[in-house]
Amino acid sequence: MSLSRNTWLRRTALVSAIGLAGLTLAPASLAATLDIGVTGELASFDTSKISGGIWESQVLMDVYEGLVKESPDGEILPGMAASWDVSEDGRTYTFHLREDARWSDGEPVTADDFVFGWRHLLDPASASKYAYQLYPVVNAEAVNTGDKPLEELGVEAVDPRTLVVHLNAPTPYFIQLLTHYTTYPQPLHTWQEFGQDYVDLDNIVTNGAFTPTEWISQSRITTRKNPEYYEADEVALDGVRYHTIEDRNAGVSRFRAGELDIMREYASSMYSLLKEQIPDATHMAPYLGSYYYVFNHREGHPTTDPRVREALSMAVRREVIAQQILQGTFLPSLSFVPEGIEHYDAQNVTFRDADGNDITDDMNARMERAQELMEEAGYSSENPLRLRLRYNTTDEHKKIAVAVSSMWRPLGVEVELVNSEATVHYQTIAQGDFDIARAGWIADYNDAENYLALLRTGAGNNYGAYSSAEYDELYHQAAMTLDADEREALMEQAEATALADNALIPMLYYVSRNLVNPALSGWEDNIDDDHPSRWISIDE
Amino acid sequence: MLKYTLKRLLQAIPTMLVVITIAFFLMRVAPGGPFDGERSLPPQIEANLMAAYHLDEPLWQQYARYLGNLVQGDFGPSFKYKDFTVTELIMQGFPVSLEIGGLAILLALLVGLPLGVIAALRRNTGIDYTVMGLALAGIAVPNFVIAPLLALVFGVLLQWLPAGGWNDGALPNMILPIVALAVPQIAYIARMMRASMIEVLGSHYIRTARAKGLTETEVVWRHAMRPALLPVTSYLGPAIAGIITGSVVIEQIFGIPGIGRYFVQGALNRDYTLVMGTVVFYGALIVLMNLIVDLIYSALDPQIRYDD
Repeated sequence: MSLSRNTWLRRTALVSAIGLAGLTLAPASLAATLDIGVTGELASFDTSKISGGIWESQVLMDVYEGLVKESPDGEILPGMAASWDVSEDGRTYTFHLREDARWSDGEPVTADDFVFGWRHLLDPASASKYAYQLYPVVNAEAVNTGDKPLEELGVEAVDPRTLVVHLNAPTPYFIQLLTHYTTYPQPLHTWQEFGQDYVDLDNIVTNGAFTPTEWISQSRITTRKNPEYYEADEVALDGVRYHTIEDRNAGVSRFRAGELDIMREYASSMYSLLKEQIPDATHMAPYLGSYYYVFNHREGHPTTDPRVREALSMAVRREVIAQQILQGTFLPSLSFVPEGIEHYDAQNVTFRDADGNDITDDMNARMERAQELMEEAGYSSENPLRLRLRYNTTDEHKKIAVAVSSMWRPLGVEVELVNSEATVHYQTIAQGDFDIARAGWIADYNDAENYLALLRTGAGNNYGAYSSAEYDELYHQAAMTLDADEREALMEQAEATALADNALIPMLYYVSRNLVNPALSGWEDNIDDDHPSRWISIDE
Repeated sequence: MLKYTLKRLLQAIPTMLVVITIAFFLMRVAPGGPFDGERSLPPQIEANLMAAYHLDEPLWQQYARYLGNLVQGDFGPSFKYKDFTVTELIMQGFPVSLEIGGLAILLALLVGLPLGVIAALRRNTGIDYTVMGLALAGIAVPNFVIAPLLALVFGVLLQWLPAGGWNDGALPNMILPIVALAVPQIAYIARMMRASMIEVLGSHYIRTARAKGLTETEVVWRHAMRPALLPVTSYLGPAIAGIITGSVVIEQIFGIPGIGRYFVQGALNRDYTLVMGTVVFYGALIVLMNLIVDLIYSALDPQIRYDD
């Protein structure tokens, strides 16, 4: 075990006397190898093949580095690019790559590796799920659909150290976007040698702080420190092992047995127990994730009536759900964009009585007003509103759905709960077969645009088909605005517009839940829940 | 015997074809596809994905393509685990499942058979009731309860054994999963052995053996044991096929890289090729195990002979 024998862990075990270190049969391992439990299996080391699981970014951000990187607290730092210039119109970015950037085989990381990586991602033959992340780049969409050749993509290597990126429009979140793994470089020289097999473990080279040496599917990925990494001297760990642990409770057991230094996520129902038994190791922090209920705005659904939407949203007691039902492992929310997004103030929905007074904090007044609205809309206990509420099958979603439907019962609402596995759930709601549906969104990058894009008319993940000309106009204006403050104001106005329409029911913010050995330094809870191992060290 | 074996193997071909066909079309009937998820994809990206995996072709053409590849031993690429082909996933995971499952069955036989015999010989005594009571508990308590309990007691509290992880098959890592897998099997085998032993002991030829003046030990070992093993043997065929293809619960709780999880995950992810790969593999194993059981039958019971 890499830990310094876990005295703190054993103190908390019920039968500590028998748990002598000498009796532990786990073999001793390298001095400073970090063991991280991740909740899923990486799809590939080829960044065009990533399936989008949040566990995948933990491995990828350790083995690759993009133009920028993140500090322990989530701040953006120069990465492969030592510096960059932005043109006055905000559409052209010139990146100056660092002199000492090298792949793990000693070859330099050049601007061509970025050009190749991005073209590879957008190549229709790569069939990348996440290719659309790069659509802000000139011709990216046309290249991805095969309408234009790869060479037309708006990214060029002026010389080995200079990368120029042309954007369709000023994209104020572009630097934030560069933290996403779709923008990492891929090694052109090994691609030319091995083709598709360039990510085989025998051929793979990486440019991050660590490089993979072993992959046992469904068990673990092992990496060692990359000696060619430009800051290799500052990397404290000799290597990192990523253990695939889908069963969250099993992950907790293995952490408590001292087999893991970090467990990325534990079940929310375990929180109070863990907080009591291993308080120093139990982390919970705000996270860029929004949990909400979608209203169906398509013709023929009762949720097209704004009074019904307002009443339903008003009657949801978010504190009760967050505190009593979920034991504080979610935070109550009145906004769609989660709090904590950079350069943005989340807009809260305001509930008002018939005279226009703010009654958001007065639950009794809210229930009264909600009843009035329902009556106005023509519903009563004799003529109840029947709604179909869909959610994907997990204990958490079920608890919330049951609680919410009981909160609506006094309004004369009869809810039919329908649950299905995630694949079926999202397909069904995309087809519009629901009145109200559970949804959630975890930010890909720290910018409000990430959320606001979901409510545009016709947007792919706009499950409820919300459509507002005013909203679309504000969104569009914000996208074209270079000035950060002006853009922020426009985006905030857009969110406020959608909330005033009760486009959806904002309900909860996600939190990140990690178990972290207190003997580690360099871990900081942050809103992105990104924790590059490069900063972590193990105290003796 | 050889002729019989060959005949049975030939008969397996149409059986497998039916299994493959049903599985192939059932999977396509299930709502949702391999690329549906929490985030709906832009249509052009979905089109790229469909084309890359030939899902844009008519269904019969996909079916023909699949059969064609299968004949050449190619199960296709996994839709989800993109750095591996289905063959690689099965070849990497099966030895692990085989090792754990094989040892679990061995342990189950070593413990279950004697327990069953003892219970039968001491019928309606305290020993019998204790053994059968424990066996009932072993069947009643599901392994998603037994496994975390074992991990908690021996891994977290006592720290005698690792709470999980495979560690390249180190013995300490294998003990808890093997025990967790074996417990319900021990229970089944003990109950079955007891019942069949009691039946055999009541038969005429045992009375004859006793009348000849043989000792009880000789009666049990020379005359009762072999026929009493028959029901257990026929149970073992499918049981072994089931247990060596892994258990999703045991694998997830102990972090074992076997193939059991692929059955469930493949289906949930609509990973068509992975589901088909596991179905074909499992189907072939069942056919094979049943054949072996039938051959063992003839060794145990002289009345059963397959050659004309």
